[in-house]
Amino acid sequence: MTHESVTSLVWLIPLPPLLAFALIVLFTNKNKALSHTVAISAAFLSWLGAMIVFWNAVKTEHFGEHPFASAVNWLPTGETWLKVGVLIDPLSAAVLFFVGWTVLMIFIYSVGYHNYGQPAGDHDHKGLPPHGATVEEHGHKHVVPSIEPMYSRFFAFIGLFAFGMYTLVVSDNLLTLFVGWEIMGLCSYLLIGFWYGKPSARNAAMKAFMTTRIGDVFMLIGIAFLYYATGTLTYREIFTEETLHVLATVPSGVFGLSAAGLIAILLFIGTVGKSAQFPLHVWLPDAMEGPTPVSAMIHAATMVSAGVYAVIRMFPLLTAGWHEGAPLNSAMTFVAFIGAFTAIFAATIAVAQNDIKRVLAYSTISQLGFMIAAIGMGAYIAAVFHLITHAFFKALLFLGSGSVIHGMEHGVLHTGNHNVDPQDMFNMGGLRKKMPITFWTFLIGGFALSGFPLVTAGFWSKDEILADAFANGHLTIFITLAVAAFMTAFYTMRQITLTFLGEARTKEAEHAQENKWTMTAPLVVLSFFAVTYGWVGIPEHFPLLGGIIPNWFHEFVGGTLAEHPPVLEFNIVPLLTSLAVALGGLFFGWLVYRNVNSPAEDKLQIPFLKNKYYFDEMYEVIFIKPAVWFSEVFVSKWMDKGFIDGILHLFGPATGGVGSAIRNYFDLPVINQFLGDGSADATWWVGKNLRPIQTGRIQQYLVLSLVVLFVVGGLLYFLLLA
Amino acid sequence: MTGTQIIFLIFALFTLGSALMVVTTRNLIHAALWLVATLFGVAVIYTLLNAGFMAVVQVVVYIGAIAILFIFAVMLTRKDLRDNVSQMNKNWWAGAIVAVLTFAGLVFTLQGWSGFSKTAAAVPSGFDAISQLGDKLTSPAAYVLPFEVASVLLLAALVGAVYVAFNKK
Amino acid sequence: MIPLSWYLILAAALFGIGLFGVLVRRNAVAILLGVELMLNAVNINLVSFWRYGDVSTMAGQVFAIIVFAVAAAEVSVGLALVISVYRRRNTVVADELDLLKW
Repeated sequence: MTHESVTSLVWLIPLPPLLAFALIVLFTNKNKALSHTVAISAAFLSWLGAMIVFWNAVKTEHFGEHPFASAVNWLPTGETWLKVGVLIDPLSAAVLFFVGWTVLMIFIYSVGYHNYGQPAGDHDHKGLPPHGATVEEHGHKHVVPSIEPMYSRFFAFIGLFAFGMYTLVVSDNLLTLFVGWEIMGLCSYLLIGFWYGKPSARNAAMKAFMTTRIGDVFMLIGIAFLYYATGTLTYREIFTEETLHVLATVPSGVFGLSAAGLIAILLFIGTVGKSAQFPLHVWLPDAMEGPTPVSAMIHAATMVSAGVYAVIRMFPLLTAGWHEGAPLNSAMTFVAFIGAFTAIFAATIAVAQNDIKRVLAYSTISQLGFMIAAIGMGAYIAAVFHLITHAFFKALLFLGSGSVIHGMEHGVLHTGNHNVDPQDMFNMGGLRKKMPITFWTFLIGGFALSGFPLVTAGFWSKDEILADAFANGHLTIFITLAVAAFMTAFYTMRQITLTFLGEARTKEAEHAQENKWTMTAPLVVLSFFAVTYGWVGIPEHFPLLGGIIPNWFHEFVGGTLAEHPPVLEFNIVPLLTSLAVALGGLFFGWLVYRNVNSPAEDKLQIPFLKNKYYFDEMYEVIFIKPAVWFSEVFVSKWMDKGFIDGILHLFGPATGGVGSAIRNYFDLPVINQFLGDGSADATWWVGKNLRPIQTGRIQQYLVLSLVVLFVVGGLLYFLLLA
Repeated sequence: MTGTQIIFLIFALFTLGSALMVVTTRNLIHAALWLVATLFGVAVIYTLLNAGFMAVVQVVVYIGAIAILFIFAVMLTRKDLRDNVSQMNKNWWAGAIVAVLTFAGLVFTLQGWSGFSKTAAAVPSGFDAISQLGDKLTSPAAYVLPFEVASVLLLAALVGAVYVAFNKK
Repeated sequence: MIPLSWYLILAAALFGIGLFGVLVRRNAVAILLGVELMLNAVNINLVSFWRYGDVSTMAGQVFAIIVFAVAAAEVSVGLALVISVYRRRNTVVADELDLLKW
């Protein structure tokens, strides 16, 4: 395909999911099979487009210098135009690859997760999770999982979500990136609160939206500032030498940052919200209220990745004035600090969580912290690499946990005991026997997350981050990340041990079942990538293996930047640390938890950790209660009802008074009585008094007419002739 | 004062006096007879105006037909032979004023006319008024049409009067 | 010798007297008498204008003759009406014939 035709194809990639959304909402809502067919076909078309573009990108020599770019004049702004368009450079090509795969896998998975093909539930309501249907089989009844009542709606929403993500990835300017960003924000609200009948889901949806909104406000200020400073929002026009130099040297007046630094930090705050970094991390664990494919979508494949993608995209701005080997500028230090802190902070919370999805949620926060820390340190390639590998194995882990929960729900429906939480790991156990495919794929994902050496992608990407930290002398960050990596491996193994190993702890776990191919096939596909993707980025100087397969990833993605990032020298220390923390964490995790069967025995159930350092409670007191007071008392009661309604209440009676006055003093006396009745009375009176003239006597008529004749004639005579 | 003038004055006064009596007597038969007198006076005036034919027609038609008709009507509509109720209605003064005003108005208007005081031209010799009149009344180029229409009018009046007054006992 | 004005004044006076009779008399027949007087006054006027104008045009006399005919017609119909009314209502007093009163 020619360069131009591929560029045209790029414009089309976001469209099929949008079309799917529109079609499902407008037409196919009632027909479940048609809805999921439309949605999956759309995801497939976008996947196909993404693959074609990626393949062409990879084939192109020096792709970074000839990206697929096309822009149109969109908004006239005085002399110039604000342009919007698409740009596929090496970074977005790589991102497009993983977005295409994960989105398609999640769409296919959703068919099975929402129990397509199952009967409708006994008392299922729209807005609540399905609760099972009783079927008669061979004379005895048992309860089977029922189909989700809002099946089509789910596919519509994830279609819109996919559209938002694709738009964000293919755009060449901050404006359409922000548009995609906000669409995903909306969809996360819609999807987290998918089961809107549950108060916890509604609250979680609002929390997610509000928290990310805070970040978005700052991001918008950053975008506005950037436009004001440079007059453009297109990446390639901002990241020119002159513009960056100017931005880097002009002081912004805030905290001693240069303009570039301030803009970068403002945009970064958007990422803090969207990618759930400290202190705006509070929404992500609550977002587990949504159905599991949503969690996978939001927290692995798309939304949180979008946050990191945005920061990576702004790398030239963040690092304006910095070069490899120099100490970090203030913006970078800030970013790295937030990233590293979040990584360890979230990891400490994860070890005390019992809900299988919560562990993964905090794990996501922690891993995003790794990526942010990498960017903060200037490790461009490492950050992108970890972003992509994380997307694959985290999506895999979430879908796997969904599969576990689905299997556990089967058991719950079988025993009929609805007090058992199918998501609590302490109710599971021994599931490796009941759900083998889920077990093996989850194991692969978990090992990838922990950084199991060589055969998992996570190892290669995490190792690169640690290597970069060590090589550039950021020892605090290095140690922090290493400790966080240890804890990651530890809680991952804790999770696997409690869930799959050992014996079933409850009856429900005994009756768990493996799921259909629509759920297990995506797991297998994703685990393939979780294993192999790491091998495209093996560092050149790696002992033994380095150099056998060229570090394609470094070459390809490195071409995005104006200056190719240098290849790191190999150092044994980070490698050893990486191996130690990964294997050590895994081992300890297994060791401690193989004999723990209940929360009481779990020594790490420290309340402080379990309750997430009471951050939610703190925010409630500091921010939420005052905001609620402000809106309910100050604005609603005093200003709106008191003041504004008070003025209106003056208008009402005033108008009423004026109306009554007019009625009583003008309408009734003047118009009704005087003009209306008065004219009638006057006419009657005149008639009554003129009537006697008509006597019927001719002589009187004659006399009268002659008199009148004389009078009028005389008048006329004297008037006309005198 | 020439003889004609004297004759005129006498008969003018006679006519006016009779007319006054017509409108003031109580007895209707008397009024009708005074009407006859008035009509005679008018006939004489016509003679003075050299309209001999008019005078004769006046006597024959007016006195001979119309006045007789009046007498018949009076007789047919008498409740009792004694009329001692006042013959004038309530507003006789208004009528008097109007009559006087009419007279005054007419005279006043005519006074302004230049020909008001002109004297009569002499009748040309050999002027035969009657044959001229006859000629005019029957010639299509002159007044035959009004003449014929007048006769139709008389027919209509005749029929109408008979019909109206017919006693369907 | 006799100025036109004398005839015209005579006619006007006769007319006024006739008008007085019409307006004032109670008896319906007497009213018609007054009408006759007025018509005679008109005739006098017409003939005197004929005489004091161009004698060869007979228009004045012809008009007067037509007036005769009309007067005759009018009197006959009027008296027929009076007689008919008398038969119905047994009165000829004009003031009592007021059916068209309000």
